[in-house]
Amino acid sequence: MSNVTLTIDGKQITVPEGTTVIQAAEKLGINIPALCYDPELSLSGSCRMCVVEIEGMNNLPTSCTTVVREGMNVKTKSAAVVESRKMILELLIADHPLDCMTCQKNGNCLLQQYAYEYDVKEISFQGIRHDYPIETDNPFIVRDMNKCINCGKCVRVCSEIQGRDVLNFAYRGFDTKITVDLDLTLAESDCIFCGSCVAVCPTGALLEKNMIGKGRSYEVKKVKTTCSFCAVGCNFDLNVKDGKVIGVTSNPTSAVNGKHLCVKGRFGHDYIHNPNRLTTPLIKKNGEFVEATWDEALNLVAEKFSEIKKEYGNESIGVLSSARCTNEENYLMQKFVRAVIGNNNIDHCART
Amino acid sequence: MKSLKELRNHLRYKYLKLNRPRVSIGMGTCGIAAGAEKVKNEFISEIKKHGLDVEINITSCIGMCYREVNVEVDIPGKENVVYGDITPKKVERIVEQHIINGNPVIEWAEFQMLAEDGTSIHPIPDMEHTPYYHLQTREVSARCGRINPENIEEYIATGGYEGLENVLKQTPQEVINNLKRSGLRGRGGGGFPTGQKWQFTRDAKGEKKYIICNADEGDPGAFMDRSILEGDPHSIIEGMIIAGYAIGASEGYIYIRAEYPLAIKRLQIAINQAKEQRLLGYNILDSGFNFQIHIKVGAGAFVCGEETALINSIEGKRGMPRIRPPFPALKGLWQHPTNNNNVETYANVSLIFREGVEWYSSIGTDKSKGTKIFSLTGKIAKTGLAEVPMGTTLRQIIFDIGGGIKDGKKFKAVQIGGPSGGCLPEDLLDLPVDYDSLIEAGAMMGSGGLVVMDESTCMVDVARYFLKFTQSESCGKCTPCREGTTRMLEILERITAGKGKIEDLNLLERLARVMKTTSLCGLGQTAPNPVLSTLRYFRDEYLAHIEEKRCPSGVCSNLINYRIDPEKCVGCTACARVCPTGAISGTKKQPHVINTEICIKCGACMDACKFDAITRI
Amino acid sequence: MYVGHNGSLIPILQATQEIYGYLPKEAMKKIANFLKLPYSEVYGVATFYAQFRLQPRGKHIIRVCSGTACHVRGGDNILKLIEEELGIKSGETTADLRFTIEPVACLGACGLAPVVMIDEQTFGRVTKDKISKLLDQFQ
Ligand SMILES: Cc1cc2nc3c(=O)[nH]c(=O)nc-3n(C[C@H](O)[C@H](O)[C@H](O)COP(=O)(O)O)c2cc1C
Ligand code: FES
Repeated sequence: MSNVTLTIDGKQITVPEGTTVIQAAEKLGINIPALCYDPELSLSGSCRMCVVEIEGMNNLPTSCTTVVREGMNVKTKSAAVVESRKMILELLIADHPLDCMTCQKNGNCLLQQYAYEYDVKEISFQGIRHDYPIETDNPFIVRDMNKCINCGKCVRVCSEIQGRDVLNFAYRGFDTKITVDLDLTLAESDCIFCGSCVAVCPTGALLEKNMIGKGRSYEVKKVKTTCSFCAVGCNFDLNVKDGKVIGVTSNPTSAVNGKHLCVKGRFGHDYIHNPNRLTTPLIKKNGEFVEATWDEALNLVAEKFSEIKKEYGNESIGVLSSARCTNEENYLMQKFVRAVIGNNNIDHCART
Repeated sequence: MKSLKELRNHLRYKYLKLNRPRVSIGMGTCGIAAGAEKVKNEFISEIKKHGLDVEINITSCIGMCYREVNVEVDIPGKENVVYGDITPKKVERIVEQHIINGNPVIEWAEFQMLAEDGTSIHPIPDMEHTPYYHLQTREVSARCGRINPENIEEYIATGGYEGLENVLKQTPQEVINNLKRSGLRGRGGGGFPTGQKWQFTRDAKGEKKYIICNADEGDPGAFMDRSILEGDPHSIIEGMIIAGYAIGASEGYIYIRAEYPLAIKRLQIAINQAKEQRLLGYNILDSGFNFQIHIKVGAGAFVCGEETALINSIEGKRGMPRIRPPFPALKGLWQHPTNNNNVETYANVSLIFREGVEWYSSIGTDKSKGTKIFSLTGKIAKTGLAEVPMGTTLRQIIFDIGGGIKDGKKFKAVQIGGPSGGCLPEDLLDLPVDYDSLIEAGAMMGSGGLVVMDESTCMVDVARYFLKFTQSESCGKCTPCREGTTRMLEILERITAGKGKIEDLNLLERLARVMKTTSLCGLGQTAPNPVLSTLRYFRDEYLAHIEEKRCPSGVCSNLINYRIDPEKCVGCTACARVCPTGAISGTKKQPHVINTEICIKCGACMDACKFDAITRI
Repeated sequence: MYVGHNGSLIPILQATQEIYGYLPKEAMKKIANFLKLPYSEVYGVATFYAQFRLQPRGKHIIRVCSGTACHVRGGDNILKLIEEELGIKSGETTADLRFTIEPVACLGACGLAPVVMIDEQTFGRVTKDKISKLLDQFQ
């Protein structure tokens, strides 16, 4: 494949044929704002935030869909471009609740970010706004279509990555709305709650229910980890605040899964801080479980294991480990079985 | 089997040399709406009553929509007379006086077609010398209103499929070269050179290619495509077959709006008849070339006139435009190379290959060749269709052909190109209509709809009207169009309601600029044109609405007031009695007054007043 | 006749509406299953085009003007009486699919207020007593 040399904001760059302008700009460290663009999904070219000026072209083409050509001269920050982006943001915000103060997405919202970058303060337009009921009838996802900007990333991820096609655009014009099946709620539909739509949503239209009110994006520490539920080995970020896991978010750098996760990985972590969880060991005495100290419990287990091993041999003990333990605990458990007990009889629901 | 040429000679004899009188009734949608069906039945019963041997034929719209129902009476060996404004009551006299006694009813006659020797004994103008037709060059629409569109024989007899015969003797590339030389540009609005477009699709790699005919004609006030579809459907089919041959496509689609049931019916008849004559289907005219045509009926979305939205719609999807590139010439219908042209474009193609490239390119201007059909509507004296050479001025079309403004009012503006076009004022009337001059003036050819406005039209209200249309037809895919048309409409609604601010004009211009330059498809890119052109040429009207809270044309109901002239009011109480809100008071035989606080400006009082005492200010 | 034809969703929806007068949800589901299309896509297409209706619509459409003049002259009352007579609310359709009442802004015949429009016909100065006779004309 041959290369193409072009100029972006006065800087020259050579990229392979077929590269888009937005990709070429990224290589130069020039960040072009984009709301509907996601490198993992097909192109939509609908938000029009990524417009740039290209010498010799009519109008302002979108950089996400325009393929580079030899000698192209691109301006990503010309007056016309900046005016257009500002206007597009004003238009989006004119029909967007401005409750950033209490919105869970605050600090992590692309619309908010660009409005800040482009200094969009005033709203020039007064007029109708959407007033959809907020959908909360499922345990995982809160859908607030009033905050939707129709970028359609959720529609594409549901179709192209998850292969479910539960979501699609419905109606048209100003009434365009992303709907579920025949305009049902997610709970009523065939949705399997993988939450991929939440992961790609640039605004607060789709949110993880469990995280709402638990912490602001800037208070949360993101800890990348491997999911222990199954053998795929997906990576994600545990969102930790004050030493507590408040939720899971996709980490796009994950080699195995990208932003994609299943319902268990993304939403199945409430057990971590569940009050029903055992916090002290229990020993059965006279047919009843009684609280014990760790020393007491470990001594008992060690004693019994040793007895069994002595009487019936190495192969007589097997261990099942749990997806709800940390990866570190699971690692130690298999080490224990192999090194201490002396066999390979270790299994786990994820079979790692 | 006889060759097409032999068939044509035979048919020519059959249809042009009549052996008995013939009555042809104009039965396009417009004629039928005006009562053509009743006129036809009346002719049938009159003819039966008199025991005459007369052929009753149907034809389509001849373009004089202001004179529907049109009837042509043809007496063998004599002139043909076309009558306008025919009602069932007038039929008896035509039958008795003209058909039986050979004396045309001169006062009802619009014009005549002279007999072969060019002489006429009746004082009826011939078609070419009527005010309506003398500036027209009816080439593309020549058959409309003259032949029976449901009979392929009449099409063939009048030179139909001769273009196709000529084309099949050339190589596909020769056909495209000839089309390029003709200078034909697309009649769907943009004016893209058709030959070049065909070349792109021909050169595109792919086994399977498609031809599409865009018959979605959605511009309010445009009906020239409908007229060709209803009046001469074979000319479109022939154009599409030629395109298929030149491009290397074996399948074509006609995408037609559901609101045109008669056109759909006639297209289907035409396709069936063409198949029977082996002009469609396998091995067309023994050339080895195969081509078939399907009809796809739209489901009500203006944006589906945009070619990529149209393609999505044929595929059974939401009619939302696609991102380009890839252009349809490379990846169109089902991702195969696809050529899309407008109805009138295909009709031009058949004409070009029948009459020859040299002849064709001698018509029109340097850069816009051939003719264009315009539909004349609005406050014009003669509504209808007019086909004129490119480069004819707007003044000629509106005043010479269209008879100027209705009811002797004053011309104010003409909207050309529908919701994507612009409003042009009086001093641009001498503009020659061709693609490039119009764009320079801030309008565009569009489909060729001309909506004429007089002094009683409010230009801000016109802009609001068009924005209401584009706003409700926006597909909603891209932000500037989806949100922008909504906000633009809201601003215009505020201004026409007297709630506008002077800053609004600035905001409108800023919004318009961004919509034009950043929208995904032509709908959003051109939606601001009516606003921009009215702002450019009629800014004073906007200012009057905003600064003086006044609608100079007296249209915007929030900004008008009714007043009773005490000099003229005789106190008859008629106004007070019709006022729905009880806003008018006064004692009998004394001048009345209107309480403007309660008045809702419905105008009922003004209609009721017999003394002209009530004025709108 | 539609099987194997690409792009047959819209013609099928058109044919379905021809039969039922609108697109029932159950029918949309059946069509989706038949064409192996997601429900969301069928719904997206059905709601995009102006031709398609998702609610049954009566044979006759009644529009009671709600403009200012009609309001002042008791248009609301007329609407209420029609609603009672037919046993439906504005925006609804009678069970026998004879009538649909549609909301409408000013019909522009203020001098005749209150105004009712049924199909293409406009009736002015409608009074309480005239209502049943008026409706009887439309079977
Ligand atoms: C919103 C919109 C509506 C359009 N409607 C029509 C239409 O009704 N008929 C048509 O021929 N072209 C229409 N066009 C133009 C088509 O996209 C296309 O350019 C045209 O059919 C090409 O044909 P031509 O090359 O023969 O002109 C429309 C374009 C836009 C953006
Ligand atoms: S990012 Fe390019 S159009 Fe949305």
